[in-house]
Amino acid sequence: MAFQRDGDLNLEATELRLGPPGTTEEPEKQTHPTTTAKCNKRSLPDMNEESAGSRTNNSNVSNEKKHDRTSPPTKAQVVGWPPIRSYRKNCLQAKKMEAEAAGSGIYVKVSMDGAPYLRKIDLKVYKDYPELLKALEDMFKFKVGEYSEREGYNGSEFAPTYEDKDGDWMLVGDVPWDMFMNSCKRLRIMKGSEARGLSCAV
Amino acid sequence: MVISKKPRSQNHYPNPNFMREDRTEMSEDDDRSSPSDSVNTIDSCSNKTTSGSTSGSGPSSIPEYQAPYPDQVLENVLENVLCFLTSRRDRNAASLVCRSWYRVEALTRSDLFIGNCYAVSPRRATSRFTRIRSVTLKGKPRFADFNLMPPNWGAHFAPWVSAMAKAYPWLEKVHLKRMTVTDEDLAVLAESFFGFKELVLVCCDGFGTNGLAVVASRCRQLRVLDLIESEVSDDEVDWISFFPESATCLESLIFDCVDCPINFDALERLVARSLSLKKLRLNRYVSIGQLHRLMVRAPQLTHLGTGSFRPSEDVAQGEQEPDYTSAFAASKSLVCLSGFRDIIPDYLTAIYPVCASLTSLNLSYANINAEQLKPIIGNCHKLQIFWVLDSICDEGLQAVAATCKELRELRVFPIDAREDSEGPVSEVGLQAISEGCRKLQSILYFCQRMTNAAVIAMSKNCPDLVVFRLCIMGRHRPDHVTGEPMDEGFGAIVMNCKKLTRLAVSGLLTDRAFNYFGRYGKTVRTLSVAFAGDSDMALKYVLEGCPRLQKLEIRDSPFGDAALLSGRHHYYNMRFLWMSSCKLTSGGCQQIAQELPHLVVEVFNHEFDEDMGNFVNTLYMYRSLEGPRDDAPKFVSIL
Repeated sequence: MAFQRDGDLNLEATELRLGPPGTTEEPEKQTHPTTTAKCNKRSLPDMNEESAGSRTNNSNVSNEKKHDRTSPPTKAQVVGWPPIRSYRKNCLQAKKMEAEAAGSGIYVKVSMDGAPYLRKIDLKVYKDYPELLKALEDMFKFKVGEYSEREGYNGSEFAPTYEDKDGDWMLVGDVPWDMFMNSCKRLRIMKGSEARGLSCAV
Repeated sequence: MVISKKPRSQNHYPNPNFMREDRTEMSEDDDRSSPSDSVNTIDSCSNKTTSGSTSGSGPSSIPEYQAPYPDQVLENVLENVLCFLTSRRDRNAASLVCRSWYRVEALTRSDLFIGNCYAVSPRRATSRFTRIRSVTLKGKPRFADFNLMPPNWGAHFAPWVSAMAKAYPWLEKVHLKRMTVTDEDLAVLAESFFGFKELVLVCCDGFGTNGLAVVASRCRQLRVLDLIESEVSDDEVDWISFFPESATCLESLIFDCVDCPINFDALERLVARSLSLKKLRLNRYVSIGQLHRLMVRAPQLTHLGTGSFRPSEDVAQGEQEPDYTSAFAASKSLVCLSGFRDIIPDYLTAIYPVCASLTSLNLSYANINAEQLKPIIGNCHKLQIFWVLDSICDEGLQAVAATCKELRELRVFPIDAREDSEGPVSEVGLQAISEGCRKLQSILYFCQRMTNAAVIAMSKNCPDLVVFRLCIMGRHRPDHVTGEPMDEGFGAIVMNCKKLTRLAVSGLLTDRAFNYFGRYGKTVRTLSVAFAGDSDMALKYVLEGCPRLQKLEIRDSPFGDAALLSGRHHYYNMRFLWMSSCKLTSGGCQQIAQELPHLVVEVFNHEFDEDMGNFVNTLYMYRSLEGPRDDAPKFVSIL
């Protein structure tokens, strides 16, 4: 729900948000860290309208908080803040990316038959199948049963499956973990007869 | 001494509009002008590079007791005496005594320090000082490091190098900070100075490996080539191979910021034939295996910056790796370690044998946790300088505090430099450090949350603090325990740390904090302010209360024209003032420019800012003998 601003209501005083009393959250403008030409534009209107550090909640209504209130607003980063030289930021950024194994996490959607919501997980977080399956079990509150190469998942009406790069639906666990990570596009926890069908597949 | 013949010593002409009295306590950084005295301006002392002069040092304003002809004997004696003066501050003072001293001092000065390359022109500097061997030049103001300055602003080395090429053929050392240096400039340098020995480039840009190759090949007497946090473009030149084939004089080779692959075999051969090499800092293209080879070649190293602290990718897993620990054990002279890029933490224990002798350790590119740090730091009893990432958490800092009783300088950098991230370090770490490291002189600490109590504790536990820089990354963040502004904490620092010269503040700060700074910050020379203060009063307190203030950088704080104008009595004593995203208008900036003709008042505005009306985006102003510079780009207006 977009935050409605009415000139007289000072809705901010009654709004619920996290943070100690007396801080005003600066409205964020989109910043472009690479082009310095625009770099200072965003904060000046704020400074004109409301004094930084002011402890009153009567922040000026003309600076609307444009961001959506449904999701916790991730602040657009202010240019040059915190004051870390880009050289250092780049070095550490490169490290973070390497730590996440060359690139950002592998996010895949997970659906479960019968459940109304999809979930999304980062496959990079798990190092092998047991970890992944345990996480899925916890997430969807089910048990996955015993895996065997020949028979798939025994002892459960659920079977974890995934769609691979070719668009085929495969049983989770059949290929080596790394190959799975690289080819998995999304996960689906099948239930019932379909699951059994897969388990008994060739 | 024969100089008693000249009865007059220093003249203090109180001139409250322009100068401060207390010249003798002038800091090293303090450069002053005497804009009121035009004779001196043209002729002699009002040169930023040394001291200012007062109206007292020129012949026109005081009755002078001087022999009608220069006393050659006296001057020879002076020359022989003054050459022992090395400190810039002492020389500045000496040059003010009288013309004779001024002249002789200018002849005997060998180190030229210019804190703002636009404060004085190359021509003026080279005409006054004719026998310079070493030049230090600083260009852009510090906030340029954080993308607050549009590119191509200036600070070009070119006019300096060409003036010096003619004036100083015996130049040996050039030290530049935040200057733009091109490959052509480096070529001129390499061609012009036969005995050139030292090149140090800190936070510079504009050049590439082409330029390095020219320096390496032409400067046969080169002892020091230090490239620190500079942007070096990859021209795909194997610059390492350009060093002379014979034994070199190299003592220091620092190239960790040169972010391109190097010819390792050439480097290994270079190290092997550089028997005087003491300092070597590698870039991340050197693997730990290669490091080992270099260490074996150069066990005499005192300062080592490792490259990538992991094997290169073509080393198969499980392959026999060299004994890194022995290599460190064999480097008995190592006192300073840095690098550790791309670290695989398991390898860190290899440095164990040198820990006990280390005085400086830089782990600020190493993502390690407290557990990985402890075995190392536990042995670093002599450590004086420690740079680290906050990945070690408060617990890691506690380990530092427990062992490093000699610590003088601590820098804690954030691994995640964003405002909203989880902060692994907090007031707990700061408190621990203050209790364990009583000799602390300099601290730079990034965190997400802090309390006044911890800062107050540090102010009391560490009375030797000279530099206190605390960056609470969330803007306007108060004491997270009490909800109060951080006024009391920073106030305590200025109150209790009597040697404090540099202060950087953050968090929620009201005018009250600035009142403290003005009341107690009598020794502060550099102040950095961001997202702080309530009103003009804050800036007024500082400008009126801090007599030693030389460098003031402010961003995103609600200070306007009245505050700016209130500092008019002081600006000629300062190196510069930076104010960006504050509440200044062009009217206010114009006014200060008119009142103080020897200030260069630069204003940056961009086309997009038209809707800002009268407000000035960035003000950067500095005293200068030269008036407006002629190399200003379009977006800079000089008022």
